[in-house]
Amino acid sequence: MNLKTDTPSVLHAVLADRRRPVPAGAGRNTLSFGWRAMLKIKHVPEQLFDAVITPIMFTALFTYIFGGALAGSPREYLQFLLPGIMVQTVVFASMYTGVTLNTDLSKGIYDRFRSLPIWHISPITGAMFGDFMRYTLSSIVVVLVGLLLGYRPVTGVMGVVAAIALLNVCAFGFGWIFTTLGIALRTPGTVMTFSWLFLMPLTFASNVFVDSATMPGWLRAFVDVNPVSLLVHALRGILGGTATAGQIGAALVFPVILTAILSPVAMVLYKRRR
Amino acid sequence: MNPHHQIPELAIEAESLVKHYGKTRAVDGVDLRVRAGSVYGMLGPNGAGKTTTVRMLATLINPDAGRATVLGHDLLREGAALRRRISLTGQFASVDEDLTGRENLMLLAKLLGFRGGEVKRRSDALLEAFDLTEAAGQQAKAYSGGMRRRLDIAASLVVVPDLLFLDEPTTGLDPRSRNQVWDIVRALVNDGTTVLLTTQYLEEADELADRIAVIDHGKVIAEGTSGELKASVGSGTLHVALKDAAGRESAMALLGARLDAPVASAPADETSLSVPVADSARAMDALDALRQAGLIPLAFSLGQPSLDEVFFSLTGHPAEPHNEDGPESAQDAKGPEGAQKGHLP
Repeated sequence: MNLKTDTPSVLHAVLADRRRPVPAGAGRNTLSFGWRAMLKIKHVPEQLFDAVITPIMFTALFTYIFGGALAGSPREYLQFLLPGIMVQTVVFASMYTGVTLNTDLSKGIYDRFRSLPIWHISPITGAMFGDFMRYTLSSIVVVLVGLLLGYRPVTGVMGVVAAIALLNVCAFGFGWIFTTLGIALRTPGTVMTFSWLFLMPLTFASNVFVDSATMPGWLRAFVDVNPVSLLVHALRGILGGTATAGQIGAALVFPVILTAILSPVAMVLYKRRR
Repeated sequence: MNPHHQIPELAIEAESLVKHYGKTRAVDGVDLRVRAGSVYGMLGPNGAGKTTTVRMLATLINPDAGRATVLGHDLLREGAALRRRISLTGQFASVDEDLTGRENLMLLAKLLGFRGGEVKRRSDALLEAFDLTEAAGQQAKAYSGGMRRRLDIAASLVVVPDLLFLDEPTTGLDPRSRNQVWDIVRALVNDGTTVLLTTQYLEEADELADRIAVIDHGKVIAEGTSGELKASVGSGTLHVALKDAAGRESAMALLGARLDAPVASAPADETSLSVPVADSARAMDALDALRQAGLIPLAFSLGQPSLDEVFFSLTGHPAEPHNEDGPESAQDAKGPEGAQKGHLP
């Protein structure tokens, strides 16, 4: 045997140790997979480029492209735009959840996860921890770039914290669309294509860039009930100091419905995959 | 060692397992009886249904028909209890390539319920036993094939299972790494674990397995110890190497008539013939007849048939893909995944 000379006895000792620890529950399983997500960020920091570069680009680009035309000056427009860009960035980031999950699922490691005595959906719930990190990071980058360009939230730091918290909750809800697609579809490419079908109308036919009051009635009818618009509206309220419980409640309706419907669907699909 | 689980005499008892993929019956009525504490080999070419059978027995997919009791648990109704006592080392590296070797083992230790310092202690003990301590801090993607396989097997032993599934554990490994894996399997069985391994390599089944099921097109076509399988083909085989291909036809006719058995010739080498023989006296007669006909062989030998010959005589095709077989095996060479999927719609 080419292993080290003392290996057979060490091997025997390891094999003779037949302890069976008390199984970890659903919560600890989720935390363990959350740890895996953190380790992946540590080892593959490239995956954060997207979470950092995209928000910088969006914020700077749209401020200067639309600012002069829409609000007289980029600086004034930024006050209106920034909450919208936060939402757009995070909703885009939640799409990558589906793509990443799809790539991950096709690897052999999921065969091992499936054969383990663990809460079967915990690889997915744990991965959501990594997503929260990405969403929070992206939001902070948007706010920092905004501050640099002259954005001033009326409600200060507490407003920003509250806005990011609401964003995370809603992104968790939207994320189920992409998680479901990530499990149901075969390749990362098709996940991307289908995700765009949801993302394009949701983010662009919204009040992210302009107030819906200027739109034709038929479009406005959609834009005003678009869950992205509702979330942007709530964020503008939180950051501008005018938030009402109704606004925040309206922003939460779709994410809650999505979670209620799609999380069991995703779990069934995950169980059946392969 | 484990007083809580009375291990039944049979670790696996499967009856008529069936799994379809579209119109293809990937597994077409497989019966298996695996004695606890033994190494059981499932031998067959790519796409024979080995992996699908293992995936069913390891609770990853449900069979479309049939039933199985694994470690005394009903496969369909007691999957959760069963998963606590089995481990699977899949055909494709079932480790996270982005994580280091140590992190991979620590993740599994945490998932399996180890706490605090025990997580790292168990992981480090495994790393040492599998000669991976030096590479413990490297990402698994930087590992060689042999190291990755060892990490993969170590990952299956964080909690030592009563039954370990090893799906083609040595495919693609160099001989040295293959021997290491073999040693690990022997050590495991010594310590009381039952091992079900699949392989395309006859040598591996011969070397490790107490009993072997030969699988082809989703069916078990033969079952027994390697000795029994060899004996089922005949008590032995006479191999004859001719001087040149010119006398091949007459030599084949002569041997066939004398030994009353079909003469096979190697596809790649027309001067090499083999015939099953009932006893050595008749083999000597046949050789004498060749001499009298002026067809003196360059070399001859009489021996037990190899598992290769067993497989060939059972299935009519060779077990291991040969590189000279042309485009079809070039596809095989791309990796087991491509080849396996090629058989499924």
